[in-house]
Amino acid sequence: MTESGDAPLPDGVTRRSFDGEDRLATRGDPVYGEPTDGEWRLWDARRSKLGAMLELGMDTGLDGGETVLYLGAASGTTVSHVADVAGPTYAVEFAPRPARDLVDVAETRPNLFPLLKDARKPETYAHVVEASVDAVIQDVATRGQARVARLNRRFLADSGRLVAAIKARSEDVARDPGDVFEDVLESLRQDYEVLATESLAPFHEDHLAVVATPR
Amino acid sequence: MADHVPANAGWFENLDPSDVDSLASSITEGSTTEPQDWPSRAIESNFADDEDDYYARLHEATVEATRQAVRERERADDQQLKHAVRAMDDCERVANELAERVSEWAGSLGMDVAGVDGAREVAARDPEPGEEQLVSLAERTAELADEADDLRSFVESRAPGVAPNLSALAGPVLAARLIALAGGLEQLAKMPSGTVQVLGAEDALFAHLRGQGSSPKHGVIFTHEYVRGTRPDERGPAARALAGKLTIAARVDHYSGERRPELDDELDRRIHRIRTRGEDDD
Repeated sequence: MTESGDAPLPDGVTRRSFDGEDRLATRGDPVYGEPTDGEWRLWDARRSKLGAMLELGMDTGLDGGETVLYLGAASGTTVSHVADVAGPTYAVEFAPRPARDLVDVAETRPNLFPLLKDARKPETYAHVVEASVDAVIQDVATRGQARVARLNRRFLADSGRLVAAIKARSEDVARDPGDVFEDVLESLRQDYEVLATESLAPFHEDHLAVVATPR
Repeated sequence: MADHVPANAGWFENLDPSDVDSLASSITEGSTTEPQDWPSRAIESNFADDEDDYYARLHEATVEATRQAVRERERADDQQLKHAVRAMDDCERVANELAERVSEWAGSLGMDVAGVDGAREVAARDPEPGEEQLVSLAERTAELADEADDLRSFVESRAPGVAPNLSALAGPVLAARLIALAGGLEQLAKMPSGTVQVLGAEDALFAHLRGQGSSPKHGVIFTHEYVRGTRPDERGPAARALAGKLTIAARVDHYSGERRPELDDELDRRIHRIRTRGEDDD
C-alpha cells in the first residue's frame, strides 16, 4: 500500500491517480471543490498538515476508525478527511468565520461534532468530549502550542497518540525555527514521550510534525 | 436519582433528549474539568438507547450549538467593524487636514505640493536646515494616511464575514458605514428602508423637518455607483430602490447569515429599469 515513506496509511486513506500523479484520497462528500475520482476525493498535502505527514510516510499511529479530538479545525478541510476514515471526531475551532464553514462540513458527516471553543480552555468542552480518545490531532496557529497539547492531555487514552503540527511563526516570527521547535519539544516532554518528529517541508515551510504518546 | 445537576456533569445531564435548544445551550455554556466516558453515562441514564443513538443526538446538538454560537459571535464582530470604520474616517479626515497644513507650510519654503501625496513627498525629503519641523509633521501625516489605509483593508476583509450580502451589494466600506451609522447590524436590520435611505444625512433631514429645505433623497448611500452614476432626476428612485435592497440584505445577514446571490441580480435589474425608463417604454 505504501509507495513513498515507510509507514502504512490509515485504513480508508489510499493513493489514487489524479492528473497522472499518485495522490492521497479518502471517501466522502466533497467539501472544498477538491478533485474527485469516483467516490474518492483528493487530500491535498499542500493544504493539510496531516495530509503532508501521511504523504511524507510519517508513522502517525493512526489506523483508521479511532475516536479523535481535532484541535484547530479551521474551516474543516483536514478534519473532513479525518472524519472520512475515523470514528467519532470532535472538531474544536475558536474563530467564528471558519467555524461557520466547519458546521457545513459537519452537517453531512454524522460522526463529526463541531465545537466553537478555545483549545486553551479544555474545561469549556470537557463536558462534551469523551475521555480516553485514541488521538488528539493538533493544528492551532497560536502562541503556546505546547501548552495547548499539554492541557488537552486529559482527553487522551494512556496508549493514545498526539499528532501535532507545530508552526514556528506562531510562537515567534523573529526567532530561528529550530530554536522554537526545541523549546516546544522540551515543554511537550514534561507530559508526553515524543516518538517522532519531521519537518513538513516542502509542503509547509517552518512546520514541525510531532507524534507523541502520554507519559 | 438526584434531580440536581452533578458537579461533574455531561452536556446531556438532566435534559430532555428531544429538547435540542436546551441541549445546544448546554454545549455552549456548560463546563467541567475532567472528561468522562460520556457515551456510557448517557446510555446508563437513559438519555440514549445505545452508542449510535448517543452520537446521533450529539451530532444534532453540536451542529445546532455551533451554528448559533457562530451567529452570536459574528454579531459581536459588527461592533469591531463599527469602531474600525469610524477610526478609518477619523484618520482620513485628520490626514487630509494635516496635509493641507503641510502644503501651505511647504509653499512658504518654495515647495509646490498638494494633498496627502504631497505630504508623502515632503516626508521623504532629507531635511535641509530649517525644514526639520515641517518634514517631521509631513512624516506624521503620511503615517496617519497609512493607518487609514490599514484600517480600510481591515474593514474590507472583515465586513464580508459580518454581513456577506450587504457587503456584496454595497461594497464592504459602505456596508461598514451603514452598520456604524445604525449602531450595529441588528439595529440596521430593524430599520425601515426609508431610514436607511437617509442614514448619514441627518442634518438635512432635521432641517427639512423644521421646514427648511426639501427632504433629502439620500445619505451615505450616495457614494454608491448606483446612485451617483444615475442621472440627477432619477437619483431619488435609484436611492429608494438601493436602500430597499440593502435593507433586505442587512436582514438576511442578521437573521440567517446565508449568502443570497440572487439579491445582487434583483438590484442590478431594478437599477437598470430605472436608468432606462423614459428612454423607451417603461
